[in-house]
Amino acid sequence: MTDLAIRCRGLVKRYPPDVLAVDGLDLEIVRGECFGLLGPNGAGKTTTVEILEGLTAPTSGDVEVLGRRWGRDAPALRARLGITLQETHLYERLTVEELVRLFRSFYPRGRSVDEVIALVALQEKRGARYERLSGGQKQRLAVACALVGEPELLFLDEPTTGLDPQSRRQLWDVVLAMKARGRTVLLTTHYMDEAERLCDRVAIVDRGKVIALGTPRELIARVVGQEVVEFQAPADGVTESALRALPGVQAARRAGAGWALTVERPHVAIPALLAHLDEKGVALGALSTHRASLEDVFVTLTGRNLRD
Amino acid sequence: MTDVPAAAPPPAPGRLDRSPLVQLTLARVRGFFREPSAVFWTFAFPVLLTIALGVAFRSRPPEPVRTAVEAGPRAEAVRAALAAGRDVTAEVLAPAAAATALRTGRVSIVVVPGDPPSYRHDPTRPESRLARAVVDDLLQRAAGRADALAARDELVTEPGTRYVDFLVPGLVGMNIMSAGMWGVGWVIVEDRQKKLLRRMVATPMRRSHYLLAFVLVRLMFLVLEVPVLVGFGVLAFGVPLRGSLLALGAMAVLGALAFAGLGLLVASRAKNTQTASGLMNVVMMPMFVLSGVFFSADHFPGFVQPVVRALPLTALNDGLRAVMNEGAGLVALAPQAALLAAVALASFGAALRLFRWA
Repeated sequence: MTDLAIRCRGLVKRYPPDVLAVDGLDLEIVRGECFGLLGPNGAGKTTTVEILEGLTAPTSGDVEVLGRRWGRDAPALRARLGITLQETHLYERLTVEELVRLFRSFYPRGRSVDEVIALVALQEKRGARYERLSGGQKQRLAVACALVGEPELLFLDEPTTGLDPQSRRQLWDVVLAMKARGRTVLLTTHYMDEAERLCDRVAIVDRGKVIALGTPRELIARVVGQEVVEFQAPADGVTESALRALPGVQAARRAGAGWALTVERPHVAIPALLAHLDEKGVALGALSTHRASLEDVFVTLTGRNLRD
Repeated sequence: MTDVPAAAPPPAPGRLDRSPLVQLTLARVRGFFREPSAVFWTFAFPVLLTIALGVAFRSRPPEPVRTAVEAGPRAEAVRAALAAGRDVTAEVLAPAAAATALRTGRVSIVVVPGDPPSYRHDPTRPESRLARAVVDDLLQRAAGRADALAARDELVTEPGTRYVDFLVPGLVGMNIMSAGMWGVGWVIVEDRQKKLLRRMVATPMRRSHYLLAFVLVRLMFLVLEVPVLVGFGVLAFGVPLRGSLLALGAMAVLGALAFAGLGLLVASRAKNTQTASGLMNVVMMPMFVLSGVFFSADHFPGFVQPVVRALPLTALNDGLRAVMNEGAGLVALAPQAALLAAVALASFGAALRLFRWA
């Protein structure tokens, strides 16, 4: 038995005539970890996940899930996976309880209907029809339907997109509980705070390829640095090379109407920056600092914002 | 999230809770009965249609023969002779008024008294030809002609020959077709469009269970639909049910399977409900027109008949009429049954090959 929950090599998905959704993607996900697939819309995250889920056939490449391959092993494999699709509508006229019971009946073993409903905190809504649920409640129900077979591997495709803070929190708790039980979770998300909070490791995907891989802290430290200083100044007053030459500054790039510097030690870099601007006679606009995030990693690597 | 009442210990899940086929079937049944418009179209609409058509085409007493006599010296004598006949009306009208009455169809014939009298009428109107025969007979007898033989009349009006008797089996057939096509085809495509099909295929659910649930639901609803409509026809209009319930049930089940198969075939690749409803109309419209729902398919000319006879709804309607009106047994229904079974097998087979799951 391998200790990898997912292994894929050279994954390619081409949609004729000319869309290359996944372009030679490699991935290894260890059992028991929560792994995040990050990237902008159209990066190929969902296509990748649906190939791993056995719902889409790859154009080429090799996929192994829980040590098995899609094809002959599919029925046995499906019983060990839990899945939420990016966009699912369940039966409008059925109640929460009826829907969970329906999904429970598909699995040879798993948790009880009540247990799973409690897990996503929908006890008070158990008799409510799907059509009457809020977006957050619908999403929690979708997760309940994914958990009901007690999966070894849980796929969550953008589980919290567009949700209210309370529903987001509750879904985070569900993921953390899965981790605590030693299960594997693969989630895709737009939200960097979500990835930093939940994921042991993340892969940043862009144009169908993994462009960075590691723990969130590692990636931030390696690609960006510890802190980001942003300020606004006229474009002609300062140059990138001059900014980079300042003490404590690791990198500089344009950000909107100003600049973003990644710095090792803000207490050294900021006074130096102010002195430099003063010397050049440049009027300083807004100045702010924040702890570097995965968002900064993505922008640094691609020159684009995640939500573009 | 407070005040959650202390739950009673949950009952142990029964075998029915754990049966995917039962749960899928229940999901369909609940979805149907919680959709008021679906319930209306399936159960109430055919009954309302039967009432409307049954009333519009109800049997009437024989129409009287309407005649006019052109005013003149002997007009009153002629009128009296005509009015003596059974189911004949006669009135004396001025020549211009008589001509108008004939032209507008208020009377079927105008008698111009004389020696001999003359009959003014349009021989292309069947009621005028009938009126001429009746009028001539009455006037000849009044003039002294003796009948060579005195025939007796035996009057029959039998259920089974009226329009409503023709209509009810046709509506049963039409209902089986619509319910099968919409109930299977539409619902599957809706599942696919909502990505629910994809979601369910991602579970260990057996695909055969998903499809079998549709067949089970169709058969369950059939047990409700057919008795409602047939029972209404029998009780409200005295429509005959001469054949056995077994034969009626066999035709209904074969029809339901054939149209469930066609619904599945239509749904096998369609990505959205617009495409599906277009396809369903393409399949169903010719049968609404050609398969003898509202009028007999025999009215179509000979060269169309091979097409008419090949349509499953024609077979179903013919079979249902044979059972209800003529009391046909299972053996006599073999050709219709064979055609429906063949359609069911071919459409299920083709649909399973074409079906787009994920």
